[in-house]
Amino acid sequence: MFYKLIKLFEDLKNTLKMDSNSLPHFLDVVASSGSVLNLEERTALQTSLVILKKNYKFQRVLFWGKILGLQQDYFVAQGRGEDEMRDRKSLYSLNCLDWLLLPSVTDAMVEEVSKAAQGRFTGDPSFVYELQVSKQEERVFKVTEEKRLAVTVHQIDEEASVVPRGAFIRSPSGPVQINRSFSGLSESEAKRLENFMHFRESKDLPREKQQKAEWTPAIDFLDVLSEDIPKGSWSLQLECASRVCVLRSLLWLGLTFYHVPMTPQHGYVYIGLGMKNLDLPFML
Amino acid sequence: MEADSSEADSTAASFKAFLQKSSSRSDRNLYDHLVLLLVKIMDERPHDAVDVLEDMSLELKRALFKDRQSSLREHVTPSAGDMLAEHQLLLFKQEQDFNHEDPTVETGFPNVNETAFYLEQAGVGLGREETQRILLALKLLVESQGLPRCRLWGKILGTESSYIIAEAEYAEGDGEQSADEDLQEEEEEEESGTQESETDPVPRSTYTHPPMVPKEAVGTGANRCFYFVCTEPGLPWVKLPPVSPAQITAARSICKAFTGRLDSPVLSYPPFPGNEANYLRAQIARISAGTQVSPSGFYQAVEEEGEEEEETGRDQCQVNPEFEGVSSFEMAQSLSSWVHHIQHILKQGRCTWVNPAMKVEDDSIEEAEAGEKDERPDEPEPEYGPPLLTNLSQDAELFHTPPWSLRLSSTITPQHAVAVLRSNLWPGAFAFSNGKRFENIYVGWGLKYTGQGYSPCVPPPPQQEYPSGPEVTEMVDPSVEEEEEMRMALEEQQEVQQESEEEEEDEEDDN
Repeated sequence: MFYKLIKLFEDLKNTLKMDSNSLPHFLDVVASSGSVLNLEERTALQTSLVILKKNYKFQRVLFWGKILGLQQDYFVAQGRGEDEMRDRKSLYSLNCLDWLLLPSVTDAMVEEVSKAAQGRFTGDPSFVYELQVSKQEERVFKVTEEKRLAVTVHQIDEEASVVPRGAFIRSPSGPVQINRSFSGLSESEAKRLENFMHFRESKDLPREKQQKAEWTPAIDFLDVLSEDIPKGSWSLQLECASRVCVLRSLLWLGLTFYHVPMTPQHGYVYIGLGMKNLDLPFML
Repeated sequence: MEADSSEADSTAASFKAFLQKSSSRSDRNLYDHLVLLLVKIMDERPHDAVDVLEDMSLELKRALFKDRQSSLREHVTPSAGDMLAEHQLLLFKQEQDFNHEDPTVETGFPNVNETAFYLEQAGVGLGREETQRILLALKLLVESQGLPRCRLWGKILGTESSYIIAEAEYAEGDGEQSADEDLQEEEEEEESGTQESETDPVPRSTYTHPPMVPKEAVGTGANRCFYFVCTEPGLPWVKLPPVSPAQITAARSICKAFTGRLDSPVLSYPPFPGNEANYLRAQIARISAGTQVSPSGFYQAVEEEGEEEEETGRDQCQVNPEFEGVSSFEMAQSLSSWVHHIQHILKQGRCTWVNPAMKVEDDSIEEAEAGEKDERPDEPEPEYGPPLLTNLSQDAELFHTPPWSLRLSSTITPQHAVAVLRSNLWPGAFAFSNGKRFENIYVGWGLKYTGQGYSPCVPPPPQQEYPSGPEVTEMVDPSVEEEEEMRMALEEQQEVQQESEEEEEDEEDDN
């Protein structure tokens, strides 16, 4: 029994998409959006992510992305546990070597950050954003950049994370897991936005989702990208000589998702300023 | 014993017959399906077969269904990927004239791979294969257009597809021809006739267009270079038209994403004069003027004898042959070791200021009107911008963010690192320098950083349509009492007139 469990974990490791094993290939594919990691960062990541996985006992560790600050950049990694959706922990680093755990996000934290934090990330995790509400009141809203980072990572995951349909299944007992028999979307399926979903707790009413012909509750438990408001906030293109399907978000500029059709390879990364694009309605 | 075994046999035989019974919905039976499934498992030996059994079974059923296609021949429609692959094959099949040309002579197209190597250290790039394809596409461009020199300007991402942009400078002869064309276009636009009807003349509008700022001549200012654009390396390059000041000022006040099709309209307020090709060209001009930088000393001012240095500044610079290079460590220390080598675009939309009220040649009625306008006291004031080759420490800060972020590409091995300059006003504009070499590139969405958010400008107040005059001014209708008074006054007047007429008749009668 124990032996079987170990074999299961080994298998999971082999079918991983975005962890340190497949990092170089995945970065090459995402490069069409313009941002790459330089060689030093890549090699440092490969080493430190392995150590991170061992220390925190994650099932798998993904390179989540990079948030560009004025003086320094933050590298963010995410570790996944048993339940892919609920056991998620994010960590950040300034040099790809020393990783620090980001605080878990609460509603109160989100509110604080949305009030006080403005402008670009500076690059100093202990920097404090201050906002005085009005001259009469002495109340000052303060929030550290670390909290802002945690909230930003959480918001990007909520609003802009993408997985192809069928890549994850929700087992009847609840936890969300990788679908090991996912063999990729076909070329025609990869051109349609309905086959991509947000990797977050579903917000749509279940009634609306059952209208598709091939609705399967184990697979279709996530929100579909084509229902996002405003319509047109995703740009779906074929890159790398039309071999790879790339989705770019216009709401969070810098989020790139890739999927190679007919293979189980997929993943997303965010390399950008870490600011929501509020000009989107004007841009479309 | 024999009876038992024969009973077991008969049970087995009847169960086998049951397994072989064809399903009512499809022509398969369970026995064949199980056989095929077991054969598949035997061949493939998957890990944890018991867990993936259902999926394998489903796949088998699906595969069987596919085999039973009709006997029609398959019509293969070429996908977009296939057609692109054919275009890109041409990139690799370019002819080489090794007999005529010496391959070591400097060619027009840049060594993009070398630049990409340094840019990768800076954290920007397009991936190695894509860079290679771009290199070949640039070579094709240089040879087909006969350009003396060209440069990869960058990539602008769009919603449906992206643009790869190459920059080239004008050779000396080309500039004049297109300048003539531009003048003709301007004349056509200026002719506007007013129609007068023969019946009641419609009140003439006194609105006149604000005078149009003339385009910069090709080869100078914002039109110093021209640009070629393609959506994928391998597809034909399209030349972008030169930019006009009106387009630049309009582009400054809108925030629109690119779609990826050059002919799509740009719907915005204030209305953009042109389509997406013009908008792209305007953004390229703005980005170049704002973010193309070089190490201080690499370019020097063009020295011509007998010319005074005016405040409007130099508009050309040339490569300094005595540039020895600065260490990348020094370059990464302060912003003053970098300078702009492209002219700043003034508020007017041009690089050199021109008074728009002064018309050029032309004998037309509008000239006389323009002459009158010159005499008006509120002449526009000349605008000045920072002269060419100002260093970056003088760039203004916007939205509480410094305009540039400067650092070394590596902290672990600073001896071999390059200095990386990132623009905060135009996210996506990068420059690197390792002391002797430098390069600029832009990879991004083509939009300026708007701070808190973009807010469109307010439409102007409605204008006076008609000159005020008695026919058009509103008047209060007279009230009943006033009408009565007028009527009484009129009647009295008539009576007086009648009396005087009667008196005259009497007098005539008398005479």
